Amino acid sequence: MSDGTTDPKTVDAPKADDPRDQAKAADNVDKDGRMLSADGTPLKRSLARALRVQKMRALMLIAPLLIFVLVTFIAPIVDMLFRSVENQIVSNTLPRTVASLSDWDASQDGAPGEEVFENFYYDLFIAAEAKEHTRLGSRLNYEQTGLSSLFRGSGRSVDDVGEEQIDALEDLNEAWEDEAFWYELMTGGENSAPTAEPLDIQRGMLERLTGDNFSGDVGFLPGSAITRVLPRTVNQYAAFALFTVFADEDVVAEEEPWEAVKVALIQELQAGADLSEYDGPGAEELRAAQEMLADQPQIAFKDAFIEMDEDWGENANWRTIQTYSPELTEGYFLNAIDMQKGIDGAEPRPENQQIYIMLFQRTLFMSLVICGSCILLGYPVAYLLSNLPMRTANLLMILVLLPFWTSLLVRTSAWKVMLQQQGVINDVLVWLGLVDDFGRLVMINNQFGTIVAMTHILLPFMILPMYSVMSTIPPSYVRAARSLGATQWTAFWRVYFPQSVPGIGAGSILVFILAIGYYITPEIVGGTTGTFISNRIAYHISSSLNWGLAAALGTILLAAVLILYWAYDRIVGIDNVKLG
Amino acid sequence: MATYTLKYVEKKPLSFSVPVVAAAGAFAGIFVGAAQGSIWQGILAGAVLMAILTFLAQGVLSESMEKPFRWGMVVLFAAGGYVFGEIPGIVVGAIFGVFYGWFIYWIGQGRYREKLLPYLTPGQVLGHFAFRVICGMIFFFLITPIVVVMPLSFNAEDFFTFTPEMLSFDPEGYSLKHYRDFFTSPDWQQALWNSVAIAPVATLLSVSFGTLAAIGLSSEHVPFRRAIMAILISPMIVPLIISAAGMYFFYSRLGLQGTYWGVVLAHAALGIPFVIITVTATLVGFDRSLTRAAANMGADPVTTFFRVQMPLILPGVISGGLFAFITSFDEVVVVLFVGSAGQKTLPWQMFIGLREQISPTILAVATILVSISIVLLTTVEFLRRRSERMRGLSPG
Repeated sequence: MSDGTTDPKTVDAPKADDPRDQAKAADNVDKDGRMLSADGTPLKRSLARALRVQKMRALMLIAPLLIFVLVTFIAPIVDMLFRSVENQIVSNTLPRTVASLSDWDASQDGAPGEEVFENFYYDLFIAAEAKEHTRLGSRLNYEQTGLSSLFRGSGRSVDDVGEEQIDALEDLNEAWEDEAFWYELMTGGENSAPTAEPLDIQRGMLERLTGDNFSGDVGFLPGSAITRVLPRTVNQYAAFALFTVFADEDVVAEEEPWEAVKVALIQELQAGADLSEYDGPGAEELRAAQEMLADQPQIAFKDAFIEMDEDWGENANWRTIQTYSPELTEGYFLNAIDMQKGIDGAEPRPENQQIYIMLFQRTLFMSLVICGSCILLGYPVAYLLSNLPMRTANLLMILVLLPFWTSLLVRTSAWKVMLQQQGVINDVLVWLGLVDDFGRLVMINNQFGTIVAMTHILLPFMILPMYSVMSTIPPSYVRAARSLGATQWTAFWRVYFPQSVPGIGAGSILVFILAIGYYITPEIVGGTTGTFISNRIAYHISSSLNWGLAAALGTILLAAVLILYWAYDRIVGIDNVKLG
Repeated sequence: MATYTLKYVEKKPLSFSVPVVAAAGAFAGIFVGAAQGSIWQGILAGAVLMAILTFLAQGVLSESMEKPFRWGMVVLFAAGGYVFGEIPGIVVGAIFGVFYGWFIYWIGQGRYREKLLPYLTPGQVLGHFAFRVICGMIFFFLITPIVVVMPLSFNAEDFFTFTPEMLSFDPEGYSLKHYRDFFTSPDWQQALWNSVAIAPVATLLSVSFGTLAAIGLSSEHVPFRRAIMAILISPMIVPLIISAAGMYFFYSRLGLQGTYWGVVLAHAALGIPFVIITVTATLVGFDRSLTRAAANMGADPVTTFFRVQMPLILPGVISGGLFAFITSFDEVVVVLFVGSAGQKTLPWQMFIGLREQISPTILAVATILVSISIVLLTTVEFLRRRSERMRGLSPG
């Protein structure tokens, strides 16, 4: 660089040969012999400041773009990496169940105990109200088939749990069906001390469950007296209130509470809630209900669920829920390499479900074949172009650049036109009589089609770097070798070829990086046997909606590409990428 | 200064030229014979015919008869073609006639030696031309698919291949109906309009941010230069499907998925590496003393940028912008995920058409796009040369 004056290392004190210089230098030197700049600060410091200003200016120019790329591109990639391990849906949808399941020993036969089912009831009830249980079902269905329909079916019939006791309660006093009575009971009347705690707890849970915003005025505050006596009922009512106001957009006091609220009340009364000190609204009714419920059987959650669907008694289903309850999981990655989480850690999937290792291998293999055929086809062309006179080479270069500039979709459709059974190549072969009309070659929707089309599409990316390396090789070297008696082959192989290797390396890595992540061309000409891992990723994003698995597959692919990118940077340098 | 080069062009003996041309004739005979039913008859007929013609041209007729003889061959072969394959046969026959007429004299008069070093052995000459033929075949492979699409787009039928009417040059076989379809179908027009609405805005974003950053990157004291460069280039390196997946997830969190601005931002990010690469390459040759001179004469940094630096790096900026434009205009994977039906672009519409194979309108669109890319290619090439000339890198 020409701009060397600002570098402090190269600045010397002026030579003091000339007396005039000496006098001048004396003005610019302080008492310790340090150079001073015009404004009196030591030269070193003022140069350092100038350097700092330059650095800042450069960074200020780069900053907008850097922020732009970080937000629009890097953040999505990081988000995808996060999604490949993220698994909050289970603990968000079934928070209480997950907590109680953590103590359950999955190696025992059968389902977990009553307590787990009880928590599961309350979780599932809210989830079913918010229609989130089907999402959880489809998530867990990736791991254990049948869970999706199990959740969907149970979501419909979860209202029926404890029906008998609720009927008994409502038969005892019609007030239990009256929304105004419930509202008064829960708020604790006019002069009660309200507490916001149950609302806050439920708000947090609902927000995690649905991802929506539940903050704002509910029009309901639980009374502190009733909260002390019947905490669970108040909590359920608070959840009901929040959901009614924000999801259904109704008024709390005008809606009859959920069955879950009544079930909680029945449970708490049967468990012997101490009503002796309670004198708020509805105290009479509560005492009467407690007396009546003493004769009723307890609500059996486990039996109710198993009656709903006997699969709830299956050990495997509960084990799946337990295995996938942590907020982070390596399950998607295991799935991406044809493994699954078993009882004792990772285990291979059943043979008939193994597909991803094969797809990765195929992607690698086909990328290598494409890369190899690009080298084979690209090398002679690059050699020819770099050894022809400039004018001819430029003309021929157009033949390379035109495909490079032509839309990818155009080239892919061109290959579809060429390769299909009623296509141009087959027609020409039939017309020439080389192929029978009924024996037309199958060249599309298989690996052959993908390889031919992608070789054609990526060939310019191989030729251009090769050409730029080969055009720097001096022709005199080969001539010298020839004049020293080397045969044409030896001169090429021992002298020319080693000098062209960097071009091959640059081109191959570029082509390989591009090939390994290709999506469009394999999708159109690849059929079923010629598709790549990227087609599977696209399938999981748009069709099967298994985003976690798509993210895990993408992460593995990205890691492979980044390793290659790093190699490319080491061999070629990113700064040396040239276009056109 | 006059140069004297030793030429090795002389008339070849008949014992050389007759067998060589006969062998070439036999090769062509394979195809003609196969088309007519018997490969062996074709080979034999081709060899005998070419041997006779070569003997006639090189052994009997004088050299001044070259022109009439070659025309005669064109007519003869065209007539032969008509006998075998009617109108398409005439064209193929005429091409054969031109080629073999040239070939007989090229071999027979030893003209193939004209541009070669005189001391090459016959084997080396053969190797040289074999290499040329192989390269020719590779160029053929590169260009044919693109060229084949063009005439097919004028097909009167809804086929993806040449119909007999097209091959016999019957005007009935050609029509502009696929172009009419493209210009009248609301789907295609909407897609075209979307592409035109998205690509320039994305280009503008990436060019303005990218040029600033490239100028910043080209100053010599940039901390973390490598890391910054790696981040800025990464949209080009990361496979599109991964970018698409990540953007799909992230933009749906932000509510940008399925919106116009979501697609524009995504495309701008994808175009940035191209701008960075071309503009930094232009700045390598930029003479920094010019900006210092401008500052010396009292210009503030903004004036210096627009009056001194910008005009000089403009070719690089424009060709970077063209790259960014074509990236956005040609992009399908990301828009497929980040966009919704309202942002359906031209490549997306083509992708749908190809997957479901509905109509050859795709070929008409393809032809239009190839024409556009030829224009862009010419522009970029022109700009590159101009930029090199301005920086004094090449004399031409």
